[in-house]
This record gives sequence, C-alpha cells and structure tokens, in this order.
Amino acid sequence: MSDLPACDKVLLVQAELDGELDAAEAAALASHRAACPICQAAAADIAVAREAMRADLYEPMPEDVRARVAAGLGLAPPQRVVRPAAAWRRPWWSAGAGFGLGAACAAALALLMLVPADPGLTEQILAGHIRALQPGHLQDVESSDRHTVKPWFDGRIDFAPPVKDLAVQRFPLTGGRLDYVAGRPVAALVYQRDKHIIDLFVWPASASGGASTPETAQRQGYNLVHWTQNGMNFWAASDVEASQLKEFAETWQKAP
Amino acid sequence: MPGSSRNDAFAAVVLPHLDAAYNLARWLLRDSAAAEDVVQEAMLRALTYFSSFKGVNPRAWLLQIVRNTAYASRALDRGTQLVPIAATPEPGAVTADDLVAGGDDPEAALIKARGERQVRELIAALPVELREPLVLRELEELSYKEIAEITRTPIGTVMSRLWRARQTLARAAAEGGSR
Repeated sequence: MSDLPACDKVLLVQAELDGELDAAEAAALASHRAACPICQAAAADIAVAREAMRADLYEPMPEDVRARVAAGLGLAPPQRVVRPAAAWRRPWWSAGAGFGLGAACAAALALLMLVPADPGLTEQILAGHIRALQPGHLQDVESSDRHTVKPWFDGRIDFAPPVKDLAVQRFPLTGGRLDYVAGRPVAALVYQRDKHIIDLFVWPASASGGASTPETAQRQGYNLVHWTQNGMNFWAASDVEASQLKEFAETWQKAP
Repeated sequence: MPGSSRNDAFAAVVLPHLDAAYNLARWLLRDSAAAEDVVQEAMLRALTYFSSFKGVNPRAWLLQIVRNTAYASRALDRGTQLVPIAATPEPGAVTADDLVAGGDDPEAALIKARGERQVRELIAALPVELREPLVLRELEELSYKEIAEITRTPIGTVMSRLWRARQTLARAAAEGGSR
C-alpha cells in the first residue's frame, strides 16, 4: 500500500505544480526534472488528473439544505458567497516550517529544509511579485475600473482595500488578486507603467495614522517601496526604475 | 444581548463557508442525506465552540469540524466500493466529433469526452484517505499546510496521499482512454 514514487523528487514536482514552491526552488528543481524521466512521467500524470478534475465537481449546498441548517441553528438563512477564484494559488510560505518532522517522508523533509523558516517581509513581497509574473498568476479580476476591482475583494478578505485608478498619472490600473503575505491574506492591486507591471500589496496596519514617507529597497534587480497611510500597509514591487516606483508611491499618496 | 451578537458574528464569519462544509461532507460521505446530517451537526458544534475560535482562517476551522463529525459518523464508509454520487444528468456518449475536436491530443479529448460522471465515479471510488486530500486540494484549493491541519496528518503524508490519488485517477483515465 505504500506505493511510494520511484524518484524522491516526485513529490517536489507535485509541490511545484501545486504552487507550493517559490521561484528559486522551482528553478533548482527544473534542471533535475529536465533529466529525470520518472519526474516527467509524474508531471504528466498530475496534469492528466488535474485536467480531469476541471470538470464541475463542486457540490454547493442546495438551497433547501441551507434553509434547514440555518433553522437548526436558529439563524436567518445566509446569503450565497462566491468561492475564491480558481486562479488563486497560495504561495509557498503558507507551507511553512514547524510540521511533524517525525512522520514526514524524505521528500517532505527536503521541502521543509528548502523553505526558509521565516522569510523577511521584503522577501515575501518580492516572492509574491515574482510568482505573480509567472503566466496565469497575475490577476484574478481584470479591469481598469476601480468600481469593478474594489467590490471584487468583498467577501474574499476581511477588509476593504482602497483602490485608485492612476491612468491620468500614467499608472493605469489593470486588475487585482488575492495574495498571502505576513501570515494573512492581502489585496494585491496590479498597475502598469508602459510595459512594466507594478504590484501593490495592501493590508491593514496595526497602528493607524497619517501617511508615512515611502521607504525604498532593492532585491535581485527589483525595486520595492513601502509606506503606511490611513491605517493600511502598502508595499509596491516592480522592475521599473527606483525613481519611477517612488513616483508611483507619491502619486498614490496624493491621489484622492 | 450577548447571545445575539455572538450569533451575528457566527453568521458573518462562519456561514459564508457553508458551501465548503457541504462539499467536503458530500464527498466524504458520498450521500446527500448523510452529508446534510453531518453538516447540521457540525454547524451546531461550530456554534458551540465559536467563542473559542481565535484564528484567521474560519474556512479551515469549519472544515476541520466537519471532517471530525464525518469521521465520527457511522455513515462514513471507509471501504472502497464504487458508489457514484453524480447528481447531474448523464452526459452524452462519446462521439466522433468529441475526439476530432481534441486535435492532436486524443488522450485529452478522450478524458474530456468520458465526462464528469466518470470522473466523479473515479474519485468516489478512491479510499477516503486519498479522496479527502484530493477534494481539499482540487476543489477547495487549500494549501498543503491547511490540508495537514484539517486532516491532522503530517504534511509529508498529505503530499504522498495526494500523489497516490492523482496517480490512481491518471491511470484510470488512461485505461479508460485506451479501452
């Protein structure tokens, strides 16, 4: 019944396809996968299984059951809530360390050792940005209309992120998605400057207060800028030049 | 009064995840009446324990309660017999058009043409310990860590069970395709 895979990297290949590896781990795995027929066959099997499960298999609660369950609880019947978009894949650090090592198999151990115990916030933002740049990961809602993007987050996260369209200032809004940073779901707004993508991560700050001066950082050729404003944390990441990203931050702060 | 504010909070935080609760119960039990019973009981337990809920992930918290309730239920069949749970009308048979439409990927075309019903039967026929992580991953789109927490299973076991579930599905799909 053990039926373990014939190559100890197979579960890592699966983890990559499930979006549980970061870009660096995925890159490290790619060279092995290119030379390993077992891992290639495994990737094909996983693709077949996932393709098969794209059929409409979800079993939402029927309305009559919903009414009976609510009545059983002495509550008014609840409204329907949309499930998270299919494109949403949680990033790798949600697979964090600290799990029962005793029973974990070798591949899982390898995965846990590859994952840094607590990557810094800057690294998390950058990893989120890089992941989003991979095909199909950038946005769950595509719209340049902030009145479409802002309501999309309703029911998906426990706060209402401020959404501004900066098209006039040459930073047009293109959409948004859910991401996961600092151990919580956050809103990620996607802007563009020419052909460059700018990700803006937003989540509630622990302390409220006025706008802070934007702080910049640089990692692996990407620029990041961070500020707080009206009780929200803002982190922007992009490959635009540092001066342009700073302009983005200042433009955002001043925009109504 | 405190009771009603607790109920309001419960309605706002937990009830949005009723579909997830039902989906998991339905796939674990493979029967709609048993799923309703389990969800009903799980929701009562959730309301009772709600004051001690401090987490940030109410969906995972609720799914863990549903899962525990399902496992305590006598309706949960740990065997592997084939019980289709298809509630939708049977899809049309495979036609030549379905196969031609797949272009140069006949395998994908065949799997698609075999239809939702066959996939449902394949998943329903999996042993519950493989079906559970597959449903949580592919239908609820939970992370490995969340699945490990909900099923109280080490993350490595989650990964290998997910792998076995997918391999079983892929092999069955391939056998069906070459039949």
